[in-house]
Amino acid sequence: MTMISRQDVKRSLLVSLWFVFLSFPIMVIQVNPVERTVVWRWSNMLTVAVASFLLSLLVRVWLFRQEKRLVQVQLSPSPQPSIFHDLLKQQKFRYPLVIAGSVIVLAFPLLFSSYQANIMTTALMYIVLGLGLNIVVGLAGLLDLGYVAFYAVGAYSYALLNLHFDLGFWAALPVGGLLAALFGVLLGFPVLRLRGDYLAIVTLGFGEIIRLILENWSAFSKGPSGISNIPRPGFFGVEMSLDQAMTFMYYLMLGLLAATIFVVNRLQDSRLGRAWVALREDETACQAMGIDKAGTKLIAFALGAFWAGLIGVIFAAKTTFVNPASFTFMESAIILSIVVLGGMGSITGVIFGALILILLPEYLRPLSEYRMLAFGAILVAMMIFKPEGFITGSRRVYRFQAQKNSPILKDDE
Amino acid sequence: MMSKILEVNGLTMNFGGIRALDHLDLDVHAGEIVALIGPNGAGKTTFFNCLTGIYVPTEGEIRLTSPLTGKQTLLAGLKPNKITELGMARTFQNIRLFSQMTVLENVMIGRHCRTRSLIFGAIFRPRRTRDEEQDTVDRSYRILEKVGLSAQADEFAGKLSYGSQRRLEIARALATDPFLLLLDEPAAGMNPQETADLVDLIRRIRDDGHAVLLIEHDMKLVMSLSDRVFVLDYGEKIAQGTPAEIGVNAAVIKAYLGEDMLDEEST
Repeated sequence: MTMISRQDVKRSLLVSLWFVFLSFPIMVIQVNPVERTVVWRWSNMLTVAVASFLLSLLVRVWLFRQEKRLVQVQLSPSPQPSIFHDLLKQQKFRYPLVIAGSVIVLAFPLLFSSYQANIMTTALMYIVLGLGLNIVVGLAGLLDLGYVAFYAVGAYSYALLNLHFDLGFWAALPVGGLLAALFGVLLGFPVLRLRGDYLAIVTLGFGEIIRLILENWSAFSKGPSGISNIPRPGFFGVEMSLDQAMTFMYYLMLGLLAATIFVVNRLQDSRLGRAWVALREDETACQAMGIDKAGTKLIAFALGAFWAGLIGVIFAAKTTFVNPASFTFMESAIILSIVVLGGMGSITGVIFGALILILLPEYLRPLSEYRMLAFGAILVAMMIFKPEGFITGSRRVYRFQAQKNSPILKDDE
Repeated sequence: MMSKILEVNGLTMNFGGIRALDHLDLDVHAGEIVALIGPNGAGKTTFFNCLTGIYVPTEGEIRLTSPLTGKQTLLAGLKPNKITELGMARTFQNIRLFSQMTVLENVMIGRHCRTRSLIFGAIFRPRRTRDEEQDTVDRSYRILEKVGLSAQADEFAGKLSYGSQRRLEIARALATDPFLLLLDEPAAGMNPQETADLVDLIRRIRDDGHAVLLIEHDMKLVMSLSDRVFVLDYGEKIAQGTPAEIGVNAAVIKAYLGEDMLDEEST
């Protein structure tokens, strides 16, 4: 059986024609306004036609293979765990992998330049943001497009508290988190009845409202010029050089990440975590089973926002400067992409998603102006070939402990 | 006669200009199996939705009395989760399981309203939370054993066969410790063997002390299982009584078979 049918070739030809048509004005016609001449670059047209035809054919072959594999997976009795899970499950690989991983992570600022450590700190921040949003989107299934608003609340609460009351980093950290959580509840209340697209639109609006307030209420937030000279986090009053401060920041983020993973992991495996997943699956059934829909949703919003607030404070301290331009919808979109790309509801997935989404654009810099194009292509390819994300969340298996004095078991004996 | 646990008086439900339920009276006693029957569109599921708080009825009162404490509660305007907490749980006609969760987890969700731990408990896992979690697992597992699904405890609920999914719905409702269980067409789509097992299961549930109110189209099941039957047509109650009485009731035969059949029979 051939993998490429005539149908496929025909479709690919159509695709290539369409691409030629679309790219005609920019790829073929070149107008020189100074000399008032038009250059027709027909060779470009040929390149576009051939390239799009081959690419389209390639995608078709891939999709065909994918479908065949999917059918096989559905026929097999148990879900196929990913290679990554397989590796982690085997004791032989597990400990060496974990140890090697933690050594690299711990020694990172010593092994690499402070530039690299700085990028890695940013990546760590996005992992925590992703884990926070994962509670709202991945677990509770509430599509939140305004997550950046809570990030902004955290950042500005440190900036403003420091400006007006001279509050230090360590005092501002919990305050920023709690204020963001409060905003989470404030946003949560009006959107309790909404789900899906409607919820997404309202949260998107909320994110924009916060940004616009920060931009326009100059008396409060100093407007677009932002707030500068925000102090970096102190460490028992030790004087630090810039490099040392960056390294300290890295370890601080590492510690916060470890704490976040611990907490999110425990939340997932709890009565509350189960209620969130059930809420994601079916709200009506959830309520009929005795779960307080409103309360459970509000807790999800508040907890998700709390982490955004914490990272906001850290962001303000790291860059020592905040202005509204850092909190655009693009940020929300990136954090959401981290969750979706990594795999909804999976902690390892979010970590991978953040590392790829934040580090890839950095290391693609040699491609200069094609950097974002390559990045976009990778994202699109990812969604075509692995739409469920890198690592899908798995459900826990519970152990039934027969109690010794159980009347049921006594009867059996 | 045992005590009344559910008493419905003059329940009316309007959707715009359409009256789905018209001054309905119904009662259920402790330890009883009561069936609610009627042609398609008679308002049976609407009635369940009014009872469980999914709809707020236009008129009438619903009184729930716990057989354990004797506490009476008027259900008007209460949220569905509050009603479940009071001790009345339901299953759905169109199966509404959490298909991406395991079978055991589905039942554990039913325990939610009987357990307490929240954020603090989840993060720090004090002794109390650990005991509560283990208790949830144990109880849920026992319920799965009761309905015969313990072998599939760790499978995804969406992977179960149709009949098993219906039984899992019952298990999940049972986990909320109800004194009154509402079953919405529990035998729909089941084969004869599964239906026979279901009859057996419902009897056992009754013997464990849960009263059952069920909607069902399978007349054999209704007649063999129920203590009393209520018949609904166009939102009105047209008959009530024991299965034997209902079987010979002229109004019921008319509603099910049409006017002509009755005329032919009488002439």
